[in-house]
Formats: sequence, structure tokens, C-alpha cells
Amino acid sequence: MVVLASVLGVFDISLDKLSNGELWLAQFFRGLSDGATYASVALALVMIYKSTGFINFAQGSLALLGVYLAYIFSVEQGLPVALAVVCAMVASAVVAAFIERVFIRPFPPDHVLPLVIVTLGLLLIIDSAVGIVWGFRTRSLPSMFPSGAPIEWGIAQLTWRTIGNLGTVFTVVGLLYLLLSRTKVGLAFRAVSSNLESARLVGIRVGPTLGFGWALAAAIGTLGGALVVPDLLLEPSIMLRVLIFSLAAAALGGLDSMVGAVIGGLVVGLARNLLVTFLDLSELALATAVAVILVVLLVRPTGLFGSTRVERV
Amino acid sequence: MSSTYLEVRGLKAAYGDIQVLHGIDFSVDEGQIAVILGANGAGKTTTLRALCAMVSTEGSVRLGGEELAGQSTADIVRRGVAHVPQGRGTFPDLSVEENLMAGAFVRTDADVRADIEQWYETFPVLGERRTQTAGSLSGGEQQMLAIARALMLRPSLLLLDEPSLGLAPMITRALFEQLTAINEEAGTTMLVVEQNAALALRVANQAYVLEAGEMALSGPADELAADDNVRRAYLGY
Ligand SMILES: Nc1ncnc2c1ncn2[C@@H]1O[C@H](COP(=O)(O)OP(=O)(O)OP(=O)(O)O)[C@@H](O)[C@H]1O
Ligand SMILES: [Mg+2]
Repeated sequence: MVVLASVLGVFDISLDKLSNGELWLAQFFRGLSDGATYASVALALVMIYKSTGFINFAQGSLALLGVYLAYIFSVEQGLPVALAVVCAMVASAVVAAFIERVFIRPFPPDHVLPLVIVTLGLLLIIDSAVGIVWGFRTRSLPSMFPSGAPIEWGIAQLTWRTIGNLGTVFTVVGLLYLLLSRTKVGLAFRAVSSNLESARLVGIRVGPTLGFGWALAAAIGTLGGALVVPDLLLEPSIMLRVLIFSLAAAALGGLDSMVGAVIGGLVVGLARNLLVTFLDLSELALATAVAVILVVLLVRPTGLFGSTRVERV
Repeated sequence: MSSTYLEVRGLKAAYGDIQVLHGIDFSVDEGQIAVILGANGAGKTTTLRALCAMVSTEGSVRLGGEELAGQSTADIVRRGVAHVPQGRGTFPDLSVEENLMAGAFVRTDADVRADIEQWYETFPVLGERRTQTAGSLSGGEQQMLAIARALMLRPSLLLLDEPSLGLAPMITRALFEQLTAINEEAGTTMLVVEQNAALALRVANQAYVLEAGEMALSGPADELAADDNVRRAYLGY
């Protein structure tokens, strides 16, 4: 009992909070909502990892660029937010395809380390370019979804935004599944992911296929950014934080599993909100995400749903 | 008299600075089966990879009179060259059926479905496992799938790198009978690298022996099979 009391003391846990059912429910909903946004960016990371075997550290930066474009299209140009986000998704896909063509394709696809370093460089370049062009002041991007909550229990609200975030992520997963399993370009993408050499030998043009993957991943990442930013404020470092939680989500789900990315995203979103609320760990939230990454990589490198194949790292 | 279908002149290949093929010449007549023999490391796999632009090469490769040198792998495949690579030639994460569909990736005709069914008949074990991932098949089954996948292209030239690898002797014989049948029915020209030299020399029309990146011997398969050096080195008697 003494131990328990001192643990509670260290973490400043109040029993009032712990026994507050509405607070639990409220944080549960918030966690799902955040989790959906992590899941989107994690999906983008997994798409690139599956096809190329490396983590695209510039994924968050491409999303950042996309979200700024969404801001320009909606707040400055006056487009409806949802339409602005779709335009931004297309624009970031085009930028990503260009980046893939110019900075990634010249490197042999089976040498991972130079590519990882290139993506880290791209992260720094894009983030600072965004800072230079749009400055460091914070802005707010409106949500695509109406405000308010159709369902409420005291302080626990199931808001339209939460419903919208979750609905968007599950729609994206569904469409992605159809694209990958039912179309020729999807077959090419999965063939390249599975065996690069055989993909060449059946006549698949590997470069454009990977470029397509980059474009698609950037569009999904931008959508994830457009889901998360209304809850925070838009400034040039915002996606770096999201990227870390999304990395944790992807690692937890298994770096090469799309279903894993979604479930990992939701788990990380929930865990984060519960930790921050009940343990007052807001300062440590990022560190917790990094800890999740390390623990998963140590204990179960394939994550919850990753394949056990380790031929390509 | 058949005409030359594949004509290779002065083919060189290198991995980085390491020169592996030092300018080899050979040819395969239309509708015939040619075999390449050679010790481990002689450059047999590299030769087949060079024909598909999977390694940096110099020299001339003419297919039906048309120059392939300088073309990309994707374009060479579109000319009808299918390649069963040594070892893992399948897509382990894709289902058996998707592997076959991927084999027909560059085809635009309507018979792809019918061809898939045909290969299920030829290799019933593939039909039984059509929804399983290729990675879950046994080594021999994967080899059958890799060959069926290559044939899904309806190739005019089929390159086979040690097709019998991992297959039981009985299956190997059945496979070579199958390949001979395809060669006779569809007129598919074939270039085979094979460790089972006795079997390969029996089905082949032409034979080549590669030694350390140079073409050491060439001739009709039955003549090479009777050559004392070939017998000692590759047939083991
Ligand atoms: N990717 C590579 N990088 C560097 N050197 C290579 C590579 N692949 C093959 N080599 C070298 O090229 C030479 C020929 O190899 P190749 O695979 O063509 O031989 P092979 O005749 O097919 O042998 P085996 O019967 O063992 O399959 C070998 O000395 C090998 O070390
Ligand atoms: Mg070989």
C-alpha cells in the first residue's frame, strides 16, 4: 500500500481522476481521434517501407508541405476545407513523385543506408523551406468536419471530428486495399515490394511503380496532417511530433503491415491520451513514443502484425 | 534448316569493376533448345542476366534480327523474353494466382485467364494452392510456379537458370518433358542453364560450355555429349 501510495505520489495521480468514468471515456474518444491521425501517417510510412525496405523520414515533411498548401487553398483562397485538402493531397503527391524521381531513383533501390540518409536530408530541407516561405508564426487550419458532438455523456463527447477522423482512416484503408488487390498498378506495387528482381523480369517498370508509391503515400500523409492539425496549431515543426508518434504506431503494428499501422496508430493514440491525462506525463509523451519504438524493436521487431520474413531489411 | 533467333556477339558483363564475361559469342536457332554448361562461378547466371539487361553489359544481343543492347529489362520482356532466375523466382507475398497474373503483366490480350487455368492443369499442385501465398509453397512447388509464371508471358525466348534446382529426380524428368512439349507445340526457343548435364544434353539441340567467362566449347548437343572432356567434367563417367 505504501509503495502504491508513493507511486501515485511520484506520478501525481489523483484517485479522483482515476475513478472518473466520464474522464476515461472522454480520453478514450480523444485517443481514438488522435490515433486515427497517427494511423494515416503510419500507413504512409508502411507503404514506403513495404516497397523499398526503408523508413521515409521525410514522410512527415511532405505532409507538412501538404497541410500548408491546404491552408493556402482554404484560408487564403477560400476553397471549402475538404476540397482544399483534396487539392493539397494531389499537389503533395506531385511533389513527392518529383522528389522520388530526382533524389531517390538515382540510388540503387537495394542499398538502404544512402536512401535513409537522403530522406533525413529531405526532412531538414523541406521543414526549413516551409519555415522560410511561410514563417514560424502559428496558424489554424479549420477541420473538414463540423464542430459539435452528436453524442455526449457529461464531459465525454463523441465529436463529429472524432467520427470524421476515424471514418476517414477506415475509408482510406478500404480504398487502399481495393487499389492494391484489384488493380494492375496495385499488383505491380505489391510485386515490387515482394521481389524486386522478379518484378523487373516480368516487365514491371520499377522506378515509376515506386514513384507511384511515393505519390500515394504523400497524399495519405497529407490527409493525416489535415486531420491532426485542426487539434493543434499549424507551424513548421508540427509534423515532426506527429511523425514520431506515427513511427511508434508503425513499429508497434509491424513496419510492413497496413492493418498493423492502423491498429498501432489507434493504440498509440489511446495510450498517449491516457498517459498524459492520468499520469500527467505531457512532457514525457514524446519520450514515451520513442520508448515504444525501442521496446518493440528489441522485444518483437516484427511488431504485432508484421511478417516474419527478414530477408530484406 | 532453322534460322538463328538469338545471336550474341562479344558479350561482356561486369559487376562493378569485376569483369565476369570476357566477350562471348553464341546463338540459338529459332524453335530450338540450347543448353549452357559450366562449373560454378563460370558465369552462366551472369550470361542469362546480361541477356535481360539485369547487369551492365557490352556487346551485341540480337533477337529475331533486332538489337536488344541498350534496351531496358522492361522493354526486353515486352519483346517476349521470359527469365526464370536461379533460386527465388516467385513473389513470396503474393498468392499463387497473383504470381501467374504478374507473369502476364505486359500482356493485353484476353486469354490470360485461360492460360492460368491451363497451367493449373499442367501443374495441379498449383491449382490446389491458388489462394496460398507463394512463400508457403515447398521449394519444388515454388520452382514450378516460377516456371509457370515465366510461361504466362507466352515468351518467344525462355531463359531457364537451373530449373531443376530443388526438384526431385522424377519431377525434374517430368519438367523437362513438359519443356520439350512446350518447345514443340508453341515453338518457344529456350536457353537453359542446368547442372543435370545428362538430362539437359538429351533434350537440347545445341550446347555450349562456359569456362571462367569464356566460351570453351560449342556444338550440337549430341556431339558434346560424346566429347571426352565434357563427359568427364559434366557427365561424370
Ligand atoms: N552480384 C554480384 N556481384 C559481384 N560479383 C558477382 C555477382 N554475381 C556473381 N558474381 C561473380 O560472377 C562470377 C560468375 O557468377 P555466376 O553467378 O554467373 O556463375 P554461375 O556460372 O551461374 O555459377 P553457379 O553454377 O554457381 O550458379 C562469380 O565469380 C561470382 O562471384
Ligand atoms: Mg548460376
